[in-house]
Amino acid sequence: MKIKILHLYPKEMNLYGDRGNILALEKRATWRGIKVEVVPYEPGAKIPSDINLIFGGGGQDSSQSLIEKDLQKIAPRLKELIENGVPALTICGLYQLFGNFFETKDGDRIEGTHILNLSTKAGEERLIGNIVIDSLEFGEIVGYENHSGLTSLGEGVVAFGNTIVGFGNNGEDKTEGARYKNCIGTYLHGPILPKNPAIADFLIERALSFSAGKEIELEKLDDGIEALAHESAVARAKTT
Amino acid sequence: MRKSTILIGKTIQKLSRLRGGGSALPGLVIERLDPNFIKTILEKLPHGVVVISGTNGKTTTTKMVTELLENEGLKVFTNKTGSNFVRGVISAILKNIETNGEFDYDIAVLELDEAHAVKFSEVAPIDYALLLNIQRDQLDRFGEIDYVTRCLQKVAEKAKKAVILNREDPQVCEIKAKNPVYFGLSDALVKKFPSDDNIIVHSNKKASDKPAKVILEKLSSEATFNIEQKIYTTPLEVRGIYNAFNAAGALATVKTVLKKSNNEKLITKLSEIKSAFGRGEIFTIKGNEVELFLVKNPSAFDLSLVSFADNKHDFLIAINDEIADGRDISWLWDVDFDKLKEVKITSGLRAADMALRLKYEDIPVEYIVEDLKKAIKLFVNSSKKPKRIFATYTAMLEIRKIILGKSLE
Repeated sequence: MKIKILHLYPKEMNLYGDRGNILALEKRATWRGIKVEVVPYEPGAKIPSDINLIFGGGGQDSSQSLIEKDLQKIAPRLKELIENGVPALTICGLYQLFGNFFETKDGDRIEGTHILNLSTKAGEERLIGNIVIDSLEFGEIVGYENHSGLTSLGEGVVAFGNTIVGFGNNGEDKTEGARYKNCIGTYLHGPILPKNPAIADFLIERALSFSAGKEIELEKLDDGIEALAHESAVARAKTT
Repeated sequence: MRKSTILIGKTIQKLSRLRGGGSALPGLVIERLDPNFIKTILEKLPHGVVVISGTNGKTTTTKMVTELLENEGLKVFTNKTGSNFVRGVISAILKNIETNGEFDYDIAVLELDEAHAVKFSEVAPIDYALLLNIQRDQLDRFGEIDYVTRCLQKVAEKAKKAVILNREDPQVCEIKAKNPVYFGLSDALVKKFPSDDNIIVHSNKKASDKPAKVILEKLSSEATFNIEQKIYTTPLEVRGIYNAFNAAGALATVKTVLKKSNNEKLITKLSEIKSAFGRGEIFTIKGNEVELFLVKNPSAFDLSLVSFADNKHDFLIAINDEIADGRDISWLWDVDFDKLKEVKITSGLRAADMALRLKYEDIPVEYIVEDLKKAIKLFVNSSKKPKRIFATYTAMLEIRKIILGKSLE
């Protein structure tokens, strides 16, 4: 058994702690005896045919326009993978660009991949702070958000969770992130996966099941420290 | 400038000190009363104003430049308290100016963080700027690296005489200045410095080919500097590769301000200069050495680990997430912890997060103790080994208090 992770634009889109998400996937697979290969995707490269997990992080505003053109080239292939059920996690910048478009302050549009039916507009101020959301599937999720984009969900996608502490997609409708098939988009970094290991395990399980063509169930790990870190982060978020 | 301004400022300072208040209020009032106050005072200084900025190493480098210049016989005005913003500088001036307006200094050496350095450059004269590095700091405070680079570019444009630049930093070396002076590293040393451009892909870095006034050539138990093509080797009181590199920046600055200063004399003085507090400070507790290192962002932590992770010491890592530390602790995941074999204790408000980070690097942690006092007590009583503590800013301050209060029996 093996997971093969496509890491989108690791050089351009690697804000704060995204490495922790990759590390969480790698370790939690390796601890179970599952092989892991991370394929860094740089602009102009080919996407291997046997990818079964996609990860994309956030970047600085200037990075977003650096990858815009290349992203358009691979958008059809990414869309095909997601439609077929390949799991994906996209954070912040690439979450926005997995949507329809990002509209800058000047009204220019950076075209997205149209994988997630949502759109984002640059806001007046940055939404920054600890965030806790509640999701039916994963329970309480904790992280940190730092974005100026305001995202509105369209038809066919559901929110990843409801905001309990923090701003979420737009600071208004209490939604956070988006979910379509096995693709998760979210503003949560922190990074999200180590402190919310159920999401990491979901991605690994979906990746293996996709490749095997049948349901694969993961064995349980001792998540004592994960739970401790999760609890203390939720407590900090609620008191600061 | 009116003498009444100084009197009013000094009075407010006394009153707010009686109240136990901070240092911003007098500055605020002076800014309103006399917007040119800071300019009027500082532009009279015969050797001008040196501003030191960058993500890491400001405090210790400012200390070095100040002490080197003092050793050359200059009276140096500096903002020692770490109040590194415009109002803090005004407060420091008020403390040191005579009521008759006499400000008896030859030169000002000021530590300013990136955003405040820009504000300072808009209201005060700058003659020299020493720009150390641009690394990821607390994004929630400073925004993104591009923004910080633009800040320092503006500061560089305001420096009338020279800008001293780190030629090995990909952002800093691109900063344009009328009269740039560079400091750098040898090819062999440059590989030891992680930079944000290769957080994931560690490339074979080469020192940039810009000619440098001062180069840190070698570092073992002694440091070897190349000052204007002459080689000097000396032991240093400050420890760690980053401090030796900052020393090269300090030397380049002093050689730019005082062109005729004697190199041997500078090197002798440099060898005696100690780090600023909490930056490699050594305490002795129950006959054991305990060293305390401030770590506030991935590059600073990486460089501390390059110099100070070993098998001989017990380690404690204390992570807080107060505003001064940065609320966002994601940066811990960008630090290369693999140089540590094991960690005795993680502590601070985010002790569990730190332990989790180490778990995903397969580094065992013996205890998770959130309370710093309990953690330090357990730590110093746990073994006879010498000890090292890495701590974020507010954790560092609290640990110093605990250690200096010595309530550890």
